[in-house]
Amino acid sequence: MTDFKRPSGRKFEDPRPMEAEAGVIGKADGSARFKIGDTEAYAAVYGPRELHPRFLQDPKTGILRCNYNMLPFAGDGSRVRPGPSRRSKEITHVTQSALRPVVDLSDYPNTVVDVFIELPQTDAGSRCAGICAAAIALADAGIKMKDMVSSVSVGSVEGNLLVDLDGAEEHMNENEGTDIPIAYIPSTEEITLLQMDGKILKDDLAKALELVKPALNKIAEVQRQALHKKYNSEIKE
Amino acid sequence: MNQEMKEHVKQALKQGKRLDGRALDEIRPIKIQTGIISTAEGSAKVKFGDAEVLAGVKMALEKPYPDTPEDGVLMVNAELLPLSSPEFEAGPPSIESIETARVIDRGIRESKTIDTKGLCLEKGEKVWSVAVDIVPLNFDGNLIDMGGLAAIAAIKTARYPTLNEDGSVDYHKRSENKLELANVPIPITVCKLGDLFIVDPTEQEEKAVDTRLTITTLDENTICALQKGGDVPLKVEDVQKMVELAFKSAGEIRKILAEVN
Amino acid sequence: MGELIAKERTIVVPGQVIAKGMDFLPSNGTYRKGEDVIANRLGMLNVEGKVLKTTQISGRYIPQQGDTIIGKVEDILMSGWRLDINSPYSAVLPLKDASFDYIAKGADLTKYFRLEDFAVAKITNVTSQNLVDITVKGPGLKRLRGGRIIKVSPHKVPRIIGKKGSMVSMMKKATDCKIIVGQNGLVWLEGEPGMEAITVQAIKKIEREAHISGLTDRVKKFLEEKTGKTINLEELQNTNNNHNTEEGETQ
Repeated sequence: MTDFKRPSGRKFEDPRPMEAEAGVIGKADGSARFKIGDTEAYAAVYGPRELHPRFLQDPKTGILRCNYNMLPFAGDGSRVRPGPSRRSKEITHVTQSALRPVVDLSDYPNTVVDVFIELPQTDAGSRCAGICAAAIALADAGIKMKDMVSSVSVGSVEGNLLVDLDGAEEHMNENEGTDIPIAYIPSTEEITLLQMDGKILKDDLAKALELVKPALNKIAEVQRQALHKKYNSEIKE
Repeated sequence: MNQEMKEHVKQALKQGKRLDGRALDEIRPIKIQTGIISTAEGSAKVKFGDAEVLAGVKMALEKPYPDTPEDGVLMVNAELLPLSSPEFEAGPPSIESIETARVIDRGIRESKTIDTKGLCLEKGEKVWSVAVDIVPLNFDGNLIDMGGLAAIAAIKTARYPTLNEDGSVDYHKRSENKLELANVPIPITVCKLGDLFIVDPTEQEEKAVDTRLTITTLDENTICALQKGGDVPLKVEDVQKMVELAFKSAGEIRKILAEVN
Repeated sequence: MGELIAKERTIVVPGQVIAKGMDFLPSNGTYRKGEDVIANRLGMLNVEGKVLKTTQISGRYIPQQGDTIIGKVEDILMSGWRLDINSPYSAVLPLKDASFDYIAKGADLTKYFRLEDFAVAKITNVTSQNLVDITVKGPGLKRLRGGRIIKVSPHKVPRIIGKKGSMVSMMKKATDCKIIVGQNGLVWLEGEPGMEAITVQAIKKIEREAHISGLTDRVKKFLEEKTGKTINLEELQNTNNNHNTEEGETQ
């Protein structure tokens, strides 16, 4: 069990190499690109803006609305048909729930903040990458939020708990094992997204949730750095 | 755009100047990057100034359509992502995205850029399908030209997935085999405002112009697709001038594309 | 004793701990969690004694009473016009604030403002329900004819205007363009086509380099290179005759 080697040579608790950039979509109010391994997500925030039709409006607060979408060539297998699928609708739904706890739109009643998440390429962990990009984009848009939301998956392959499964590992995982995407608020360590595929022993779940924390904190740092980089390069020189 | 502002654009054009200071027949600085999407057999990112378009090619082994058992399948699609502009809405494809896709598709299909017969492995059983998808990341006008260039750059650099000896396909491993291109269709959209013509319109310019004509060319002499847009009619002399401009601009783009391999 | 962790006038991001200790007080853009004061918005940190707040540096324009803004007519109502003011909320221009003329009930309102017209207007009222009222009665306020509109970040507007309008005056002087800067991030300009393009480039340059010191000199140099004119900054300061300027941030 202990002589298991990850195909990428990573340590069990290590996420893949990351890149993050804020302000990549010129017309958006906030935007970001987040790449982890070969999974890449763009997010653009538009708003707060007027919400139509009117019956969707909430007079007490603005509404956060997300849209997760894989580009047709982003999948590992065959072409992804454009337009919403059951999968993308569900991910959109859990992405919203993952982000809403940190976002405060009470200053903008009756409005909507739209977050469009597009993935040009994926190699496992696409919903997590989408959430990471969306959180940077929301901050870039000047939205009031008490913290970042950082997200990555943890899983077990052949009885080993691994952080941030890549495509190859997910593949090894097909029969046994499990994949648990997690999003959390770094300052409070509260979980805002938790899903699971497969089987896990209850003791292992607790271990997995512990094991993934350093990676989540590292991701949060990468997210914050992306913002610092954009705005500090504007300041100094 | 209101009439007075449209007039303002027109007056500037009369003095040979665009809103961004370009000459009437000047394309924004072009950048092409290829092989950037790990999950696509071919991919390209094309920038005209700050505008940015992405194209990806997916190839798969499929059963051919019953009425064309010896032909591979070619498909070109475009989607105006709401991510790229506040004016694009989520939902079913808009007429703009359909038109963009169809004009680009026509340029590639009708000129037989890809020999669909050459995509056939086993008549009636196994053919390659080639799906090209085009999306703007940063939208600022001229989507047909940018998308057409991105599509052809992605196709040009695409490599087949590996075909195993038992006939199965390994989509994770790309072979050295490239898609063969019989020619290189380049769409150029020429816009008309008053009696003036411009190429590579920005989003603002697209709102100001009366009409447009997309002319897709294959070389210095051959046109392979046309599409007129806008409600203002064109005279035959206009068409001739627009065609001349399109050949000139396509020549400039061809030079840049020749460097892409 | 508490400890200030982030430096004054640096960028702080959501979730970043700015200070530790109960003697620091959270304000706009910050909140307290336990002993810590944390940023809840991207912004630049201001330390005022023990009070920690941030200045917003990104995001959409939020209407404020007294602001001069540029809006676009998007609807003609029974009793006035609705304008898009590049903000989460649109504004209403009531009949009585549209013209010094008496506008009779049932008059053809398109005589005053048509759809897609732009206007420089002043915000007269913002209610708690975010209803925004504007007027075009007042010095410098009017319907804008012709010209063109560009969008900039509303947070960069003070720098585009400059100290006592110095930056915008310099651009006007160098390019002979008419320039009106709305606090909502819309800028109207009109001039000779080549000069207009130079003005746009200069504005984009200011937007990009807003926080880098020596901005005025760099913009001056840029304008001189592009227009071939020599700009005398002192002369400009004396002949400052601006309409809708507000005091820019000091460097």
